[in-house]
Amino acid sequence: MENLIALLIAAPLLGAAVLLVGGRRLDAVGHWIGTLLAAASFVVGLVLFAGLLGRGTEDRTLTQHLFSWIPVAGFQADVTFRLDQLSMTFVLLITGVGSLIHLYSVGYMEHDERRRRFFGYLNLFLAAMLLLVLADNYLLLYVGWEGVGLASYLLIGFWQHKPSAATAAKKAFLVNRVGDMGLSIAIMLMFTTFGTFAFGPVLGHVGDTSEGRLTAIGLMLLLAACGKSAQVPLQSWLGDAMEGPTPVSALIHAATMVTAGVYLIVRSGALFNAAPDAQLAVTVVGAVTLLFGAIVGCAKDDIKKALAGSTMSQIGYMVLAAGLGPVGYVFAIMHLVTHGFFKAGLFLGAGSVMHAMNDEVDMRKYGGLRKYMPVTFVTFGLGYLAIIGFPGLSGFFSKDKIIEAAFAKGGTEGWILGGAALLGAAITAFYMTRVMLMTFFGEERWRNRPTPSPAEPSVEPAAEERGEHAEPHPHESPKVMTIPMIVLAVGSVFGGAFFSLGDRFLHWLEPVTGHQEGHPPVSAWTVTAATLVCLVLGAGLAWAQYGRRPVPAVAPRGSLLTRAARRDLLQDDFNHVVLVRGGEHLTRTLVYLDHSLVDGVVNGTAASVGGLSGRLRRLQNGFARSYAVSMFGGAAVLVAATLLMRAV
Amino acid sequence: MNPVNYLYLAALLFTIGATGVLVRRNAIVVFMCIELMLNACNLAFVAFSRMHGNLDGQIIAFFTMVVAAAEVVVGLAIIVSLFRTRHSASVDDASLMKL
Repeated sequence: MENLIALLIAAPLLGAAVLLVGGRRLDAVGHWIGTLLAAASFVVGLVLFAGLLGRGTEDRTLTQHLFSWIPVAGFQADVTFRLDQLSMTFVLLITGVGSLIHLYSVGYMEHDERRRRFFGYLNLFLAAMLLLVLADNYLLLYVGWEGVGLASYLLIGFWQHKPSAATAAKKAFLVNRVGDMGLSIAIMLMFTTFGTFAFGPVLGHVGDTSEGRLTAIGLMLLLAACGKSAQVPLQSWLGDAMEGPTPVSALIHAATMVTAGVYLIVRSGALFNAAPDAQLAVTVVGAVTLLFGAIVGCAKDDIKKALAGSTMSQIGYMVLAAGLGPVGYVFAIMHLVTHGFFKAGLFLGAGSVMHAMNDEVDMRKYGGLRKYMPVTFVTFGLGYLAIIGFPGLSGFFSKDKIIEAAFAKGGTEGWILGGAALLGAAITAFYMTRVMLMTFFGEERWRNRPTPSPAEPSVEPAAEERGEHAEPHPHESPKVMTIPMIVLAVGSVFGGAFFSLGDRFLHWLEPVTGHQEGHPPVSAWTVTAATLVCLVLGAGLAWAQYGRRPVPAVAPRGSLLTRAARRDLLQDDFNHVVLVRGGEHLTRTLVYLDHSLVDGVVNGTAASVGGLSGRLRRLQNGFARSYAVSMFGGAAVLVAATLLMRAV
Repeated sequence: MNPVNYLYLAALLFTIGATGVLVRRNAIVVFMCIELMLNACNLAFVAFSRMHGNLDGQIIAFFTMVVAAAEVVVGLAIIVSLFRTRHSASVDDASLMKL
């Protein structure tokens, strides 16, 4: 059965190769090739899953050694795959959601002439992501890590004719590089500390290592996770990444790739357990990001950017849980899986809405769409209920557990982290209700009407110049798009309950990640009740603001916080002032030093040699008698010197 | 006669030759002064040979004469062709070899 593992990666890799090399001949069938190979990978995953279930709980780790990659004395890098419960969970999520999104893209990208290439990139992403989660050592994981970065870059910039998309792709790539630096430094540190970077030996020898070393490695891994998972302070790329086609946002920037950081932390759990300082840093990053993303999500009028803020925030929850140690690992992964379902569903719903609205993304130009797009409305609505944690749906189970675990941290830290998580739950309810109300309820703001705010007539002609004066005709999307949405909605409704009842997910994952029961200072029921109160408060506030009153078609100026949140809480401004300006000043100083100091020494030497020789040149005046004088003088000096030496 | 006197004579001749090379402009005179210096050296060699009682100095004197003969041939040829082209035998006029 071990031999099937490589097949998981081989199928999408083959798809990518065929689609990208095959050329235009495959234009007609390329998308189906891509979808079939993704589905084939999913089927292989199911077979392996059934195989794992058939084994004993402690016997569920399969390894497949493919070949020796870099065999050097003292440095052994193998291409070895490791399939255990953690990887299996990811494999099913990646290939399952991936296949659905391939199917959806068949409809979504129907009119794009570069559809074949799009599917090639999607398959490339699947292969790289599977390599990431199946690798048995950190170096191979790094290959997958870079692979998904590349696929993400290619797909964000897929519509490269738009300058904004090209810039966004570049930004995502560059910000990710910062995190990648962290991962590569962590791997180097591992090698110098442990002499190897395979999971087994590294995580097995954690006990014999100094805590300082482990903290350093942990912090570098955290930096890597921040880059890939869009956590503060490397979060700025995710919002812009929404320039990519919506299926990409759903698959890569919501369900799978951005959760790689959580995978990395949970996979290195043993290391983090031994480095409490690094673990604390992880929880802080998670708590800050979950509030940061939620606040940004509240202010965005672009439906995809609102959802991107939400993704950031939900991954913040996972990172927070992963930082809590064995109390939280299982719940981090559980939230990751349920989030994969409902966030992918929400993004696909958003894509379906955009599809119907002539690619309009501004929610202020939506409204009242539930009549026209019933399937999208229901699936999006179920995803919405799941993400805010409506009792019984999947978000309720997974998020509630994380909040409990945060309180169980104990002491002041526990109260702060738990409070942040609770507050995050309230804000989540607020912004998701806002998205829901602005999109599907209220008046139909997309109909052409006289300028709604005559005080500001300058806004409307701009819209007309873009050719958007044509009134959209909202319609339900084709079946090939709605079926994946329905499947994901079913997952978001029942996933949480399925995983939680009887602690199925816990028993499944416990042998890999370990688990330890948390004991919150207040009872679990109190936490649940508090979460529900937060939910009702957040949703109610959103209803008061966007449901009861009509939504203005032009965004009001808003408070200082709103304006800051619209600008992503000034993250880009911060980066610009501190990093870009700082970098410019640094380079200017270096250039100046180079010119004055380094060039000064070099040019000065040359100039002085030149000046000296210019003076020496005068001696050669062409008069034979003056040469004779120098000769006699020299000879006289020599004789004098000789006599002097004799005398001494 | 004391051989040291020959050395005094050689030094005197050499000084006269060197002064001539430095102060005279006429190439022929300069040339003759050079010959004078060479022969002063020869005289010193022979005197030393006599003083030390071996023949090394005399052999070197023969070498010097051979080289001097060859030098005279080349040197006179240069002076003649110089005079033909420039109608002057002054060494200061031939000062083109400079930067």
